[in-house]
Amino acid sequence: MKYAVRTAKVIAAALGLAAIAAPALAQQGLDEPFQKPFKESLAGKTVAYVPVAMNFDLTEGWYAGMKKELEPFGVKFEIRDPNWNTNAGAQAVTSLISEKPAVMVIHNPDVQTYAKLLQRAENEGIYVIQINMGSAYRSSAFVGANWIEIGEKDTEAVVKACQGKSNKIAVVQGALSAAASAYTLKGVENVLAKHPEIKVVSSQAADWDAAKAKAITQTVLKQNPDLCGIVGFWDGMDIGTAAAVKEAGLTGKVFVATSGGGERKGACELVKSGAFDLNLSYDVPTQAAQMAGTIKWLLSSGAKAGSIKGSEYTTLIPITKENADSQTACWNLGDLKK
Amino acid sequence: MKRLRFNQQEIVFAVFAVLFLAFSIFLRGFLTPENMLTLLQNVAVLGILGLAMALVVIGRGIDISLIAALAVPPGLVLQMVQNGHSLPASLLTAVLLTIAFGLINGWLIAYAEVPSLFATLATGLLLAGLGQAALFQLDVVQWSDGMKGFERLGQGTIAGIPTSIVMFAIACVVVAFLLRQTRWGAYIYAIGDNPYAARVTGIPSRPIIVLQYVVAALIGCFAGLVMAASVNSMPTRIFNSTLIYDVILVVVLGGIGLSGGRGGVLNVVIGTLLIGTMLNGMTIMDISYAGQNLVKGVVLLLAVITDSFLNPRNEETAQQGDI
Repeated sequence: MKYAVRTAKVIAAALGLAAIAAPALAQQGLDEPFQKPFKESLAGKTVAYVPVAMNFDLTEGWYAGMKKELEPFGVKFEIRDPNWNTNAGAQAVTSLISEKPAVMVIHNPDVQTYAKLLQRAENEGIYVIQINMGSAYRSSAFVGANWIEIGEKDTEAVVKACQGKSNKIAVVQGALSAAASAYTLKGVENVLAKHPEIKVVSSQAADWDAAKAKAITQTVLKQNPDLCGIVGFWDGMDIGTAAAVKEAGLTGKVFVATSGGGERKGACELVKSGAFDLNLSYDVPTQAAQMAGTIKWLLSSGAKAGSIKGSEYTTLIPITKENADSQTACWNLGDLKK
Repeated sequence: MKRLRFNQQEIVFAVFAVLFLAFSIFLRGFLTPENMLTLLQNVAVLGILGLAMALVVIGRGIDISLIAALAVPPGLVLQMVQNGHSLPASLLTAVLLTIAFGLINGWLIAYAEVPSLFATLATGLLLAGLGQAALFQLDVVQWSDGMKGFERLGQGTIAGIPTSIVMFAIACVVVAFLLRQTRWGAYIYAIGDNPYAARVTGIPSRPIIVLQYVVAALIGCFAGLVMAASVNSMPTRIFNSTLIYDVILVVVLGGIGLSGGRGGVLNVVIGTLLIGTMLNGMTIMDISYAGQNLVKGVVLLLAVITDSFLNPRNEETAQQGDI
């Protein structure tokens, strides 16, 4: 009996010692059980990216950002560039559906064209992430700007700048059927409904084209030299809007609000020069990181495509004269590509 | 036949006059000197392009690649300056590129005898593709500090007249001089009227055609420089826009028959004025984008219908107009 007790004590002591020694053992490493399946779920998978076109700051920025986050995990990142051609885009999406990549990252030219195709893709088991410009179909994820919020914030700023002035404003829209343009216009209307004193003297589409935006703005300014503000829908196009304001000698008198991806040359430099008074940036590198994060999460979750649906709206960075000089308000495409 | 053609130009001018009068009476703020200048300023680049197209169409060709010549060489100037090259060196490179491009067009059409429509369709894609793939970092090439001063080509005024209008006027004078005062111009008319007869009479048709495309490309490049200076950037994807149709519209509306040999600078000016008046009036009236397209479409249709009434197709013209 005594022997048994002693033995038990020895065992207990040994166990105790083992318990004390355990942290020491852990210094040799403890296997994290989740990273291996994570890596396996990403390695060798194909992610296909269909922007409306490459070669401009937004799409190049998203591409560089996603590539940087995904390729180290062995993801094959493919690109299909429709080069502003909606038909070519629809064809690219159709052929991708038969090629069955794991994820499709889609930048819609308008709210309708791809909607049915994207639904079909998810039925085929492909995750679909729609970026910045969504379609009528809600897929696994939307990552991008909240256009209504952009329209509201830009218009609020213009209305504020108009206080005590003529209350005449102009709206320079993008391409009518694009989500970015239609939803932003809704945001503009939301604010104007609260400000009946504001008179919209012109609200026209410049089709994302700087030369058209300039021509429209020139005419509007000649008719209304007392205009107090302009709501533009994209900084790439509103270079033309701003050029018309500058030419009329009204820089500083006509408040120009716009939005864009926040690339340094297209955003901060132009705000600094006085061309834009407000440029709401949806911060492309952060968007790209969120896209990549969503892809990682979807692939590692094992969830059935189309079974979950969520949105990630970007936090907007208002770029004004105050922060246009800072290092963080804007980003450089050259740096992102490195 | 000649009398009828004269009529078409007259009709377009009448449409312009009626429209102008109606806008002047009913549209407040239309008939002001400032608005007139804006009207012209907005269509100046289109007018310059119209001149280049007219030159080619009179010689019985067509140049679909004109927008590529407008977008790529000027884009290259902006890109090179952005990358630290000097402005004169960049301009020289762009001009050389434009001349090379015009030579390729001309060679294909004059010597390889590829129909101008197909040749320039292909070369335009080639040049635009080259620009996108190899020359530009981004579609919209931004203005940079090295370009300082050059924006005066498209902004500001000379003696109270916006610079782009002055540039259009200069281009008009140069092209009118080329067409009316030089032997080369007379040859173009002769080739456009009847290429076979022109060749038989000893006109060096092929070199003349090559020269014609080189000059058209150079005018296109000039239009592009004016445009870039005017909007402080070069949106090179303008190649994908419908601008080339507007240019053809200006030429056809103005009364330059697509079968060649007829028309001149005045026709381009009239066509440009009509388009300018329409666009300006519709912008003042705040007509929506779709509405503007509808009006443009109706006017183009009317022009085409009038043209086919006034210049009915017969065996001769059916053989001539390949377009």
